Amino acid sequence: MRHLLSIDDLDRAGIERILDRASTLSDLGEREVKKVPALRGRRVLNLFYEASTRTRSSFELAAKALSADVVNFAASGSSVEKGESLKDTILTLSAHRPDAIVIRTPWAGSAALVAGWTDAAIVNAGDGKHEHPTQALLDVYTLRQRLGALDGAKIWIVGDVLHSRVARSNITAFQTMGAEVTVCGPPTLIPRGIEAMGCAVRTTLDELPEADVVYALRMQHERMSEAFVPSLREYAACYQIDSRRLGAQQVLMHPGPVNRGVELSGEVVDSPQALITAQVAAGVIVRMAVLYELLAGARSPEPVATETVAS
Amino acid sequence: MSAQPLVHAAGAPADVLVRGAHVLDPRSDLDGPHDVLVLGGEIAQIGAVGTLNSPDGVEVIDGTGRHLFPAFVDPHVHLRTPGQEHKEDLASGTASAAAGGYCAVVAMPNTKPTLDSVAGLRSLRDAAAGQARIPVGFMPAITRGLAGTELTDMAELRDLGALGFTDDGRPVTSAGMLRRALQYQRLCGGVLALHEEDPSLSGAGAMHEGEVSARLGVAGIPSVSESTMVARDAALAGYEDGSVHMQHLSCIESVRAVAQAKDLGFHVTCEASPHHLCLTDVAAAGLDTRMKMNPPLRTEADRQALIAGLRDGTIDCIATDHAPHARDEKDVPFEQAPMGTTGLETAFAAVFTELVLPGVLGLALVVERLTSGGGLLGLPVPRVGVGEPADLVLIDLEAEWTVGEAGYVSRSANCCFDGRRLRSRVLLTIAAGSVVHRAHALSEATV
Repeated sequence: MRHLLSIDDLDRAGIERILDRASTLSDLGEREVKKVPALRGRRVLNLFYEASTRTRSSFELAAKALSADVVNFAASGSSVEKGESLKDTILTLSAHRPDAIVIRTPWAGSAALVAGWTDAAIVNAGDGKHEHPTQALLDVYTLRQRLGALDGAKIWIVGDVLHSRVARSNITAFQTMGAEVTVCGPPTLIPRGIEAMGCAVRTTLDELPEADVVYALRMQHERMSEAFVPSLREYAACYQIDSRRLGAQQVLMHPGPVNRGVELSGEVVDSPQALITAQVAAGVIVRMAVLYELLAGARSPEPVATETVAS
Repeated sequence: MSAQPLVHAAGAPADVLVRGAHVLDPRSDLDGPHDVLVLGGEIAQIGAVGTLNSPDGVEVIDGTGRHLFPAFVDPHVHLRTPGQEHKEDLASGTASAAAGGYCAVVAMPNTKPTLDSVAGLRSLRDAAAGQARIPVGFMPAITRGLAGTELTDMAELRDLGALGFTDDGRPVTSAGMLRRALQYQRLCGGVLALHEEDPSLSGAGAMHEGEVSARLGVAGIPSVSESTMVARDAALAGYEDGSVHMQHLSCIESVRAVAQAKDLGFHVTCEASPHHLCLTDVAAAGLDTRMKMNPPLRTEADRQALIAGLRDGTIDCIATDHAPHARDEKDVPFEQAPMGTTGLETAFAAVFTELVLPGVLGLALVVERLTSGGGLLGLPVPRVGVGEPADLVLIDLEAEWTVGEAGYVSRSANCCFDGRRLRSRVLLTIAAGSVVHRAHALSEATV
C-alpha cells in the first residue's frame, strides 16, 4: 500500500493485517522506553489545516515511537495564512524530502489530490467531511479487542452524520469487517442518499436496543445557529445516549471530544461500557501500524516490536 | 434606433465553393449532397453536386463525405473580459467558438467590473469590434453589480446594443426585484436570461445533492434549489407578460416547470448544456474539479429528462455556458474550486458522440438546437439559403480525436470532456461571411 487516502483502499485482509500489526505493538506503551527503531531516519510531516489536538498528537506519538523524525506544520501562523495554495505548500514541503505526510484539511479529496503532487506517502488524517480512515481503523481495533470479530454485529452510529467524516469512514470499515450499520440522527443531519452506502437509516432511537455497539458522534454547537436542530436541549431529549437508553450489554464509542450532557450523558461516559479511552489508546498503536505499513511494510514483513533503542 | 446587437472585427469576405458536402439545414428541405458557393461572404448558389463552377479566385473545398450545417449560435458564454483576461479574452474566446463551429456567441456580464453600465458596454463593444473573431452579443446585468437590489440603466443599455439582460452566475433572489425588471422590460425590451437557484437551498453546496455527495461528504445542491426558482420566475413572467429565458436547466423538476409554463402560454424559453446532456454526478465522484459546475451534474434521471425535453421542444436550445478558469484556480481541492467548464470546442462533438451516434437524438434536431439559441434572444437564425450571409460549418462526422490532446484554442483547459475520445471534428467555420476557423486537416486536404 502506497498511501492511506480512504478506508476503501483497504479490503478486509488489509485491515486485519494492519490491526494485527498494531496488536504486536500494543505493549509498547507499557514499557519504560516507548520506542522502536523501525523508522529511524525517516521523516514524517504532520500538516494540519484544521485545529486538532488528539489526532495530531496521536500521529506525532506514533511516528516518534517508531523513531521517525517528526515536524508539525500547522496552517495557522504559516505561509498558508499568507495565501499559499495547497499545491504550493505541498511542493515546498516536499523539498524537505518527507517520507510521509499526514494531512488534515477541511476539503474532501484533498489527501488524494496531494498524493499526486509529492513522492511522499500520504496519510489522510481527515479530508473535510469525507473520510478519516485511521479513526475507522482504531475504532475497528478497539471493537475487536472488546468483541472479537465484528461479523454480524449491529452497530448504530448516532448523531450528526451529515457533517461527520468519522461516520463515512466507519460505515465502510464496519461493513467491510462484517458488521451491519445503522445511522441515526435528526433528519436535518442525515445526508440525503446515505442509504447508498448500504446502511440503514433511523431518525429515532426506538430500535436502539437491537444495537451491539452504540457509536455516538460529536454534536457541534454551531449546528444550532445553522438551525439544523432547534436546541441542544431538544437534541439531547431525542438523541442523547444516557444510562436509560444504553443497555448493559451494549458498548459505547465516541470519536471525541465528548460534549457531556449533549450527545452523551456523564454517567455513560464513565460507565464500564464506554470504550472511549481505549479508542484514544488504540489511536497511537494503530497509527504506528499504518506508518509502518506505508514506510517499512514492503521491506520487512515481520513485526517490529522486539527490539528497543535507548534514546 | 438601437445599435446592432452583434459586434466583431470583420474579416475578409469569403469566396469559397464547398463541393459535394452533405448539406443539412433543419429549417429548410436541404438534407443531402450539394455544392454551395459563397461569394463575397454571401451564399450565392446552392446546386446539385458537380454543377457549380468556381469563378476565379474562389477557393474550392472538397466536401465529399463531410457535412455542411448552418453554424452554431451560443446564447451563453463567459468571455471573462474585462478583468479576468488570464482565463479568457475576446480574441481567445471567440477563436475557441469559431473552432467549435459557432458563428455567434452571447457573452455574460459577470466580469470584473460587472458589465452593468453604459460606459462599460460601450468600451466592451469597441474592444470586440477590434478583437472578436466572430460576432458577439452582450447581455449586461439586470441589477447593478449583480447585487440584486437596483436595476441597471436598461433602456439606455438597450439603445447601445444590449441584447438582453442577465445576472448569470447568480439568481435574482428577490421576486420583487425580478418583477420590476419584467415591468421595465415593457419599456426597453430585451429578454431576461435567468440563472435559477435559490441560495437558501443551494447554500455552500459544491455538487448535486444525492448518493454521490452523501458518500463524499460534500455539501449538496438540491435539484429543488433550481426548480423552485424556475417555477417562481415562470409565474412572474406570466403575470407581467414578460419574456424570460431560463439558463442551463439541470434537473427533471425544472423541465416539468418549464413545460407547464409553456402550456400556459408564457414567454418562457430555456437551454441545456452539453455537459448536463452527456454527464451525471457519477463523473464528479472522483472530485475532479473539471466536473464542478453550477448547476451541478445531476442524476441519470435528470439527464434523461433533459434529453427528452430537448427532443420534444420543452428545451429550446443547447448552450455551453463556456466558463473558462485558469489552471491554478482549478488545481485545488474540489470544494475550493470555482464552478465551470469550458465547452465551445467540444459542444457538437460531445452531443454527437454521446447522443446522436447511439441514436438517442437525430442529427437534424441537434443542429437545430445548436443554431436556435440566438433567435430566442432576437438574433437572426443562421440559414443555408441563397442570399443569406454565410454562417456555415463544415464538419467531418467520421473523424475521431481526444479532447485536449492537442491543447485548446481557449486560454483555459478546464474542459469536463478532457481526455475523452469524441467523434466529429469541425473543419471549417464561416461566420458573418468570413472564414474564421480552418482545421489543419482541411488545409492539408485542400489544393
